[in-house]
Amino acid sequence: MIVLKTSQVTKYFFSPEKFKVLDSVSFEVRRGEFLSLVGKSGCGKSTLLYVLSTMDTSYEGTVEINQQLLTGKSKDDLSEFRNNHIGFVFQFHYLLPEFTVLQNVMLPALKLAKYSKDEIESRAIEKLKLLGVYSQANKQANKLSGGEQQRVAIARAIINDPTIIMADEPTGNLDSANSKIVFELFDELSTNFNQTIIAVTHDKDFASKTNRIIEMEDGRINL
Amino acid sequence: MNLKLTTSIAKTHLLSRKKQSSIAALGVTFGIAMFIAMTAFMTGVNHLLEETMLSASPHIHIYNDIKTERPSIVEELFLEKKIIIHHQRPKLEKKNLRNASQIIHRLQEDKRVFGVSPSVSSQVFYNYGNLQLSGFVSGVNIEDEDRLFSLNTKMKEGSIEDLMMNSNAVLMGAGLAKKLNVHKGDRINITTPSGEIFTLNIVGIFQIGIGQIDDVRSYANIGTVQRILQKNKNYITDINLKLKDLYQSKKIAAEYAKTFNYKAEDWETANATILISFTLRNVITGATVITILLVAGFGIYNIMNMTIYEKMKDIAILKATGFTSKDVMLIFLTQSLIIGLIGGILGLCLGFLMSLGIEKIPFNTGGFLAIDHMPVNFAIKFYIYGISFGLITTFVAGFFPSKKAGRIDPVDIIRG
Ligand SMILES: Nc1ncnc2c1ncn2[C@@H]1O[C@H](COP(=O)(O)OP(=O)(O)OP(=O)(O)O)[C@@H](O)[C@H]1O
Ligand SMILES: [Mg+2]
Repeated sequence: MIVLKTSQVTKYFFSPEKFKVLDSVSFEVRRGEFLSLVGKSGCGKSTLLYVLSTMDTSYEGTVEINQQLLTGKSKDDLSEFRNNHIGFVFQFHYLLPEFTVLQNVMLPALKLAKYSKDEIESRAIEKLKLLGVYSQANKQANKLSGGEQQRVAIARAIINDPTIIMADEPTGNLDSANSKIVFELFDELSTNFNQTIIAVTHDKDFASKTNRIIEMEDGRINL
Repeated sequence: MNLKLTTSIAKTHLLSRKKQSSIAALGVTFGIAMFIAMTAFMTGVNHLLEETMLSASPHIHIYNDIKTERPSIVEELFLEKKIIIHHQRPKLEKKNLRNASQIIHRLQEDKRVFGVSPSVSSQVFYNYGNLQLSGFVSGVNIEDEDRLFSLNTKMKEGSIEDLMMNSNAVLMGAGLAKKLNVHKGDRINITTPSGEIFTLNIVGIFQIGIGQIDDVRSYANIGTVQRILQKNKNYITDINLKLKDLYQSKKIAAEYAKTFNYKAEDWETANATILISFTLRNVITGATVITILLVAGFGIYNIMNMTIYEKMKDIAILKATGFTSKDVMLIFLTQSLIIGLIGGILGLCLGFLMSLGIEKIPFNTGGFLAIDHMPVNFAIKFYIYGISFGLITTFVAGFFPSKKAGRIDPVDIIRG
């Protein structure tokens, strides 16, 4: 089953001068695929990922996720769509520093409000256990090590059982031991839970172990 | 449902920056406290003055105004204004209202009128030993006068019944009695403008609370004053009246002036200077309070802007994980409103304490007003205004930064 489909996605940046950062990008992603997006620095990987993630809406062409056309929807509709269908992991883990680890994981689910607060809490605990950071649950988020924070960020990304996890250099900021842990977590989610994952990475080793590699060059993809 | 979530995020944000939040709230606290204390005091003063003034002044006062400016016979004969007379001397005019009993009758028939009190007033000298003080004696039907000015409640010594039961009796103003060093039971000599001397018995002392009256006036029975002035029973110089609706005074006074052809002065005109001072006090209070709230508002505006600047990343992450612009805006607006609510409630308490403090300050009016402490108004409505102003100010101050927060584009932040 196809969960993500882009057709002829083209994007320009206008400052400092007009410049085509994405050039007619068309590809499809099947359910359960663990896909890595690689390419030279500045070739447009992050830019493409933001378009796929629905956060960036100024592009030409179309993006569909779950057979739903997302191009042209309002920002607030897209926020709700992300809440439901997309889990994010960034290079810098971006947890909310005032909240505890558990609260950070719970927030997107509280926003979705599909389950009761108690259910959300037990689901969050379950995810933290899965990622091996349950012992830190009641710590302030900014008191964790980088590797631990990244695992919490992954727990947050999967709390709403998203259609796709999107990760921008999730191991870019981690040592090899922690990178290995993160890769194994993604791999486990993909094989055991049939989770679709798109990860931008510079890590050759990481990319080589994924199901599929998409290479980018100057805003184009080589299929 | 969402409101519960955004409120709890707002609370966490506020608690993680206790110092900044408290400073913002303190700004509101001082603003509201000043508002409460100032309005309590200013309106306290206004009420006191208004009450004292209204209790002592008639709504309409009808009297015979002596006019010096009158067309002279010479001028009337030479109609082309070839001759103009300057500095005419006043004619010997009688000061009374000629058809007084008819006027009184018609006033009593008027359904808008609450009470009518006719009087004969004369300037006199009060003699006591070697002391001679100028003042007035008003001859009244004391029951009518009591209906208008509640004299019975203003008696320091004696009562109005004592006046009714004695002839040649007077009730004397407290200030006047003090200057003359006389008490109930003493006798006093008065000299009329035409030079006659009479002896009157002081049967009571009243204090209205306005120096201008208490220092110069005494009341006698109407017949007594008519006799002193050697006038007959129809001689009436003034008619005072109170209306059921005091705010109709101006209109009705004009109407009476036209029908009776005498001067009819309403209380607002008679007390214009005091009323102007009310307006000025209100303007000063308003200006001060607006300034303070504006400063508090700018404080909150700045702090919210700073907070939002610091929280850019958090806002981006909230939006990336599915929070809408409205959610983000609500999170920050709620923070602002919580600051306003807590600051405002503390402000009300502080304002109340300040008002209590002001009330304890001794205030010597030199007998001009019947009080010895600062007047303070504790009306609930000012507390309601206070908290509303606080919330409105913080709402407005928080609205624009919050709106800005709602519009933040997460991609801009995450791209770095
Ligand atoms: N906001 C922007 N305005 C103009 N140009 C931009 C903007 N953001 C990125 N670019 C440019 O677009 C190109 C693609 O950027 P992008 O961040 O997608 O690269 P990337 O492939 O993710 O690189 P890296 O591997 O270093 O993260 C780069 O040349 C970059 O300089
Ligand atoms: Mg990048």
